[in-house]
Amino acid sequence: MTDTLTPVLTSNWGDERAWTLPAYAQQGGYDALDFALGLAPEDVQTMVKDSGLRGRGGAGFPTGVKWGFLPPADPENPKPRYLVVNADESEPGTCKDIPLMMASPHTLVEGVIISSYAIRAERAFIYVRGEVLHVIRRLQAAVREAYAAGHLGKNIHGSGYDLELVVHAGAGAYICGEETALLDSLEGRRGQPRLRPPFPAVAGLYASPTVINNAESIASVPAIVKNGADWFAGMGTEKSAGVGIFSLSGHVKKPGQYEAPLGITLRKLIELAGGVREGHELKFWTPGGSSTPLFTQEHLDVTLDFEGVQAAGSMLGTRALQIFDDSVCVVRAVLRWTEFYKHESCGKCTPCREGTWWLVQVLERLEKGDGKPEDLDLLLDQCDNILGRSFCALGDGATSPITSSIQYFRDEYLAHLEQGGCPFDPKKSTAWAESVVEPVETTREEASPND
Amino acid sequence: MTLAAETFDELREIAARYPQARSGLLPMLHLVQSVEGRVTPEGIQACADVLGLTPAEVSGVATFYTMYKRHPVGTHHVGVCTNTLCAVMGGDEIFACLREKLEVGNDETTADGAITLEHIECNAACDYAPVVMVNWEFFDNQTPESASQLVDDLREGREVVASRGARITSWREAERVLAGFEDGLVDEGPAAGPESLVGLELARERGWAAPVHAHGSADVTEEMPEAVEEADTRRAESETIAEEASDD
Repeated sequence: MTDTLTPVLTSNWGDERAWTLPAYAQQGGYDALDFALGLAPEDVQTMVKDSGLRGRGGAGFPTGVKWGFLPPADPENPKPRYLVVNADESEPGTCKDIPLMMASPHTLVEGVIISSYAIRAERAFIYVRGEVLHVIRRLQAAVREAYAAGHLGKNIHGSGYDLELVVHAGAGAYICGEETALLDSLEGRRGQPRLRPPFPAVAGLYASPTVINNAESIASVPAIVKNGADWFAGMGTEKSAGVGIFSLSGHVKKPGQYEAPLGITLRKLIELAGGVREGHELKFWTPGGSSTPLFTQEHLDVTLDFEGVQAAGSMLGTRALQIFDDSVCVVRAVLRWTEFYKHESCGKCTPCREGTWWLVQVLERLEKGDGKPEDLDLLLDQCDNILGRSFCALGDGATSPITSSIQYFRDEYLAHLEQGGCPFDPKKSTAWAESVVEPVETTREEASPND
Repeated sequence: MTLAAETFDELREIAARYPQARSGLLPMLHLVQSVEGRVTPEGIQACADVLGLTPAEVSGVATFYTMYKRHPVGTHHVGVCTNTLCAVMGGDEIFACLREKLEVGNDETTADGAITLEHIECNAACDYAPVVMVNWEFFDNQTPESASQLVDDLREGREVVASRGARITSWREAERVLAGFEDGLVDEGPAAGPESLVGLELARERGWAAPVHAHGSADVTEEMPEAVEEADTRRAESETIAEEASDD
């Protein structure tokens, strides 16, 4: 039986100057690279495939299988291959890649080198969101150190393998976490998703074969190579192998990063986090960021693996567990997420561009108590006209909090109409609110920051 | 006024990092902001010249991304996260407090040019909510009082250090780092904040760990028999502790 928590990626985060090459090397850093370079690239690919590692960016596609989609090298038309790391972590609630890259950027860099070798890429990019200055500093320094130590550049470790790696800072656009929008952005364009096919494996960056993987996925590769595919596959569940970082935020006593085998439950995680805030009860939560349908108390024992969460009607996503207690108005929460999707819609597809705008209009009047009961059906109809009708998943994600909140909290929406306003006091949900249970009765007038 | 020759050199240097020069456009625009304090028409022209694009093509890109500003930004950029989780945890109150204190609206700059205030989207630090960013450095677990003190310190020019990051320089200097030019501050600040370490510390406390690998690049049983023995002992002890704990 595997332990409840299994720090692998997080294991060195507390080390003295963990971000530096000497600290990373001292705990065996870049040994896995040495080992991988002694294997044929195909064997490294097989190892990752056999480990059962599935994409940690939300979709959960098997990483090794994704690598296998690259077309075989064509001597007639030799196109370069690229590895692009998606470190554009922006999904509301998701906060695992940023601390990983801040504390141990070399874990990611080593993962990039091994993965690039496995897919025979000679150029790789880390696309990191621009709004995280210190993380970018740490990545830049790690890449510089890796070049100086011969882990990057020409003839790595005397193997004859060459790799160039560039750290590329984005400029503020949630949509660039979508892999084809990321590619357009990396090509110096507006970050708008591309129609697929062709898939990036065939025609990605500069229309060349490209693999795009989430930062945590790539950072998991050195440990897999070092410890073996069976070691990784032996943790987690049969179809959701290995460990992952679970990020708890919101109304728990000890929010933070908990690295555990896939398949743990929120009940267990909340217990580890010291419980929900004193004097309150869990009301709703996101299993994997705001784009994954909300869960409630009744889902505390859902196993947090890809299959378990899906069977219960949501998605594991990025294991971004945002915990909201009974002080929080679900309509306010959903409205704010919807404003986010409206702001971040890239504008390419009409259902998403126009639809998210209309969703905000309707939710705003519901939250203010100005709406009508029919507005709930109108919202569901609007969601129905957005879901599945755009190039990418942004519009789909925008509908998740709305449809799930109406499913579980229809009465709370109606209470806004009955009371002519929001029945919750936002002061009671803040981090500095006194933890006392009082009947909520105040009506508030809250100025939206989006005015 | 056109940009200095050395800025043109740096723009070309950025473009040269990529197999296709246009890939450099995002970092090039960050560099323009660090030099000009915003994306100016001259900066757009310079990027267009270096990349062989039209100014309209460069503008089309610059207007897509929220970090690029068409109006002058203050010495410091203060971003308050008001996405759902931070908003609920107090981000709305912090933003309202700063708006009143600084007498500015969203994405506006104080009269003295010291601070541009903006409400921002999720910045990937939800376990530290509510979060405030100064020049894209993390200020964790903020309150209206701490945020108010923070902007006072920034306006007075007092030294301010990020919760997980370096001494605060300026928005322009931060933009230069985003363009790919290091500023030597990488070794300031911790590896991780307390919240990032809660799971790790709990695991250590209870003796929990990922299993010792069966096989792979290094065969532990051959190289370090003592370590394995020790790990096994520790594991057994920790299992006992865990069993006891779960009996409670």
